[in-house]
Amino acid sequence: MEIRELIELAKTVRSDIVTMTNKAGSGHPGGSLSAADLMVALYFGDILKVDPKDPDWDGRDRFILSKGHVAPVLYSVLARKGFFPVEELWTLRQLGSILQGHPHMGSAPGLDCSSGSLGQGLSIANGLAIGFKKQHKDNRVYCLLGDGELQEGQCWEAVMTASQHGLDNLCAIVDYNRIQLDGTLAEIKELGDLAEEWRSFGWNVICLNGHDMEQIMDAYHRAQACKGRPSVLIADTVKGKGVSFMENDCSWHGTVPDDDQLARALAEINA
Amino acid sequence: MNSVPMRDGYGQALLSLCENRDDIMVLDADVAKSTRTVWIRDKYPEKFMDMGIAEQDMVGTAAGLALSGMTPFISTYCVFLAGRAWDQIRTTVCYNNLNVKFGGAHAGISVGPDGATHQALEDVALTRVLPNMTVIVPCDAEETRKATLAAAAMQGPCFIRFGREAVPVVTDENTPFELGKARLVRNGTDVTVFANGALVYESCLAAEALAKEGVSVQIYDLHTVKPLDEETILAAAKETGCIVTAEEHQLAGGMGSAVAEYLVKNCPVPMEMVGVNDSFGESGRPEELMAKYGLNKDAVAEKIRRVLARK
Repeated sequence: MEIRELIELAKTVRSDIVTMTNKAGSGHPGGSLSAADLMVALYFGDILKVDPKDPDWDGRDRFILSKGHVAPVLYSVLARKGFFPVEELWTLRQLGSILQGHPHMGSAPGLDCSSGSLGQGLSIANGLAIGFKKQHKDNRVYCLLGDGELQEGQCWEAVMTASQHGLDNLCAIVDYNRIQLDGTLAEIKELGDLAEEWRSFGWNVICLNGHDMEQIMDAYHRAQACKGRPSVLIADTVKGKGVSFMENDCSWHGTVPDDDQLARALAEINA
Repeated sequence: MNSVPMRDGYGQALLSLCENRDDIMVLDADVAKSTRTVWIRDKYPEKFMDMGIAEQDMVGTAAGLALSGMTPFISTYCVFLAGRAWDQIRTTVCYNNLNVKFGGAHAGISVGPDGATHQALEDVALTRVLPNMTVIVPCDAEETRKATLAAAAMQGPCFIRFGREAVPVVTDENTPFELGKARLVRNGTDVTVFANGALVYESCLAAEALAKEGVSVQIYDLHTVKPLDEETILAAAKETGCIVTAEEHQLAGGMGSAVAEYLVKNCPVPMEMVGVNDSFGESGRPEELMAKYGLNKDAVAEKIRRVLARK
């Protein structure tokens, strides 16, 4: 897909996110919106190799959503990719829905792992990447992490493991929107010099604007080209990106738009 | 009787699994010498990973290995596996129903002088409440070997806990081991003891002593705590009419609790439980601690007498 098409599709995904969380009456729009461009590029920019007609294809790349609460952005991308009908999005979080509040592998096609307890995804991605290397397979593994999530100690255990094993088939992505549930990182627990920290553990660090589609595509390509060590994209993003009244406001971490707010949000996204 | 640490059986089983299967991976968290996975490191280095002092990361990595089609066995001290990494075991391994096998070493109070921080007395309770999990507490090195092979032969998460100390080897190569099926150790008619781990041997000693007083004790090795062998438990309750459970674990939530949960609904009979009574352990020699905390043959005999008086 061309850059121009990716940008258009990101608008559709953002519209899905606000609509599905409005219909569900709960969920996490803020962090879903901040990750939308990164996720659209991953699934539609010919980066992640998957086949919606054969979701369990052995040769597929794997995606681990470590920040499991932004399930809406993943569900939207999977639906738009053709893993399941778009109509399923409007059942999010309802009893009997294939779309659980946090991803549950096996409930919906295209989910490579359940997630929702923060801090665990990178370890899982490492295990997959090690497993593929042990089995001489060339599948790649992608893992999206939140920045607040990096307060979990296990993330840094996993950062060391990936480096120790030279996992060049692994690409981590940090959605660096600088806001967590209770406030900003600065107010709660600051992360320090993130790029330098990952670099000091031996990673190939790529810093970028996580809302600039050209930069995102370039970053994924540079990660793919890197040999001998794992890569991380540290993507500067805006929580709530695309909806002015949601941007940079921690109260939209886990609050959903009412009908009026939804109408305003959709108008802004598609302006 | 020959005494061998149960972990030797774990290490032997892993050696044969690595010899015969391509999908096996063995992970440890910097205690490979203690858990015997060092044997794998030395003989099959390509199948071994030392994850360092990072139990939560080890569990997550094992989950990823399982997702890639491999069968990981991960081990460290039981207290740091079932306790420290419980959320990882719950939400990543069990919720996904992944084929990860856990070797919980140095379980129980018999780990001795290291003291309470290293004495896992809660792990059976923590693991048996998890959906999809299988929980095994073998009684000696040979049964640990068979349990490890059985874990490798099944699909899904499986937790095996075993102690540090050399304990009498009461089974041999020909002793049957069936996952989920209690093993009859001794026939008797007055009372049934369901024991596991090191308490199987202690129960046998208690039964021999009581036989001299004319008490006939039936003993089952209830090595699989989950899934529970309800059929055998029900039959025993009906047959002897009273039950004693014996395990090196907290009374709350362990194998005895599992037996009680079943019996109270299906065949309530007088029951007594041998285990640690809502307390942490302390430093000491294993046999001193087993005596002080009521986990030896004398404790089993006392509970048998008590339950018989209630019958």
